[in-house]
Amino acid sequence: MIALLLRDMTLAVRAGGGFGLGLAFFLIVVVLVPFGVGPEAAVLTRIAPGILWVAALLAALLSLDRIFALDWEDGSLPLLATSPLPLEAVALMKALAHWVTTGLPLTLAAPVLGFLLTLAPEAYVWLLASLALGTPALSMIGTFGAALTVGLRRGGLLMSLLVLPLYVPTLIFGAEAVRRGAEGTGATTPLLFMAGITFGTIALLPFAAAAALRVNLR
Amino acid sequence: MLSVENLSVARGGMPVLSGVSFTLAAGEALVLRGPNGIGKTTLLRTLAGLQPPLSGRIEMAEGAGAYASHADGIKAQLTVAENLAFWAEVHGGKLTDAVFEAFELTELRDRLAGTLSAGQKRRTGLARLGVVGRPVLFLDEPTVSLDRFSVRMFATFLRDTHLAGGGCAVIATHIDLGLEAPELDLTPYAAAWDAGGGADEAFL
Amino acid sequence: MSIWEYANPKKFIATTTPVIPWLFAAAGVAIVGALIWGFFFTPDDYRQGSTVKIIYLHVPSAMMAINTWVMMLVASLIWLVRRHHVSALAARAAAPVGIVMTLLALFTGAIWGQPMWGTWWAWDPRLTSFLILFLFYLGYVALWQAIDDPDTAADLTAVLCIVGSVFAVLSRYAVLFWNQGLHQGASLSLDAEENVADVFYYPLLLSLAGFVLLFLALVLLRTQTEIRVRRTRALLARSRRAAPEARA
Repeated sequence: MIALLLRDMTLAVRAGGGFGLGLAFFLIVVVLVPFGVGPEAAVLTRIAPGILWVAALLAALLSLDRIFALDWEDGSLPLLATSPLPLEAVALMKALAHWVTTGLPLTLAAPVLGFLLTLAPEAYVWLLASLALGTPALSMIGTFGAALTVGLRRGGLLMSLLVLPLYVPTLIFGAEAVRRGAEGTGATTPLLFMAGITFGTIALLPFAAAAALRVNLR
Repeated sequence: MLSVENLSVARGGMPVLSGVSFTLAAGEALVLRGPNGIGKTTLLRTLAGLQPPLSGRIEMAEGAGAYASHADGIKAQLTVAENLAFWAEVHGGKLTDAVFEAFELTELRDRLAGTLSAGQKRRTGLARLGVVGRPVLFLDEPTVSLDRFSVRMFATFLRDTHLAGGGCAVIATHIDLGLEAPELDLTPYAAAWDAGGGADEAFL
Repeated sequence: MSIWEYANPKKFIATTTPVIPWLFAAAGVAIVGALIWGFFFTPDDYRQGSTVKIIYLHVPSAMMAINTWVMMLVASLIWLVRRHHVSALAARAAAPVGIVMTLLALFTGAIWGQPMWGTWWAWDPRLTSFLILFLFYLGYVALWQAIDDPDTAADLTAVLCIVGSVFAVLSRYAVLFWNQGLHQGASLSLDAEENVADVFYYPLLLSLAGFVLLFLALVLLRTQTEIRVRRTRALLARSRRAAPEARA
């Protein structure tokens, strides 16, 4: 299992764009927002939690179709399926590799971008906490979506359509935690809800993803 | 080691082969023959457990089979050694120098797989079979894009290392590997056009 | 004699064909009757005036939007467990009906909301939930459309339906939490059931029965169509296989 994780991370680094692309996209979206809504600091402060979360979510979405597509194209996937690794573990490790190369850098970069959007000072710790807890769920749900659409020739767009509605609860609780953190009103509750979703998806979705992979490999 | 009894397989919901039976003991190989589209790949995928059979029985020790298809599963951004080390680790096997020697990869071991020629890449993909430590091999056209010298090298590996070491192999190929292996022509097993059992059967 | 016999495509078509016209007729009578009863023989609400009468379309379509998803979930589970093709095709057949019901609920809601709240749309938890449900339906239908092999499509959409159900319920609670978080206590409740008087209640019930009948008729008809499409496909595939032998 660790071998798969290390391989995927090595590939992400060597192929270029593993770490970089998502981060660059995150930055660009956040930079574009003030151009759209105007430079007023008060407005930006108000919408910063939501913008940061939506931008992070879209940046995570960007690299989802690479999770299985590359292994599908070069024939690694059937070889992994016939290896001693259970497909559930493959799905979990793939999600973990995606998180390490996408979710983790996004989380670490978010405070810097929060600065650009004049995020309320009290909210930074909640931004870090909610992204650190929430992005694993984004990766896991995305892995499930990628497993569903892996055999399709143009699966990327369809996958976005399938995955985005599944992102709704995570987004709501994540952005709500930051917003409440900024206002100083009980951000713990949404954070706990989101942690519940994250742990639930990590516990259950590998099975759904593996089932989808088996069907697609048939 | 591998016993197949009255096996029927389907592709895209339609039966393609029916009534295939054979047994392989340790050290034996079987070469599958037949025209394109007869169902060699489907049969091998079914034997490897990637798709369920329509009917019939496959008896094999759990986790004994390894599958190799037209696609190698070799990552262009990893070196030859890294590629093989990955598959060795996934299968809990060891990557030894003997494997590099058997497939003439010793000098290429630190080259990125993306810079290899098609034949060299194919050799790397076949060398994977040497590190997975699986006794039953299912090989789908293993000699594609290999030159005559490499084909002989691969046949030598199969005969002297794999089969001599107590393994067995089912191979779909259209060229002569130089193995003294029995051949199974699949043409007589082609499913009749009105054979039942496919996913569409309920609708006919 | 077990209920699963009706899962045989031919038996299913033979059994449902005589039923479908009656279902359509009964649905028509119930819905038209309920609308006439509701529009002309019930008083205007003292607060909402005549706008309240859209309730006879709004509430049944909203309920059917959710019930359709539940039916798809049950059919998907049956397909995964028992591998009856009719079940998978029924789930596929129901999805567009669900989409129409969801859209109907959203549009009638907007028409009702405009005079009542002064806005066509508000990010009220209930409205938002239906919008999200609509997105789930879209994804489900898109996945069916995208996959060529019918059994693969049936399996994958069934898995999506199950996972989607869990997330749809999660979204519902998340949205409730989110909106209350935005404006404390303020709520534009659409919950007409709680305080609806008897005089509105009975026509509403009749309309609801009509919608259920209409749903049944549409799903049975559409399932028949799906079965016939699948049968055509199977026959074509078989004739392609038979052709070389006929020539030989």
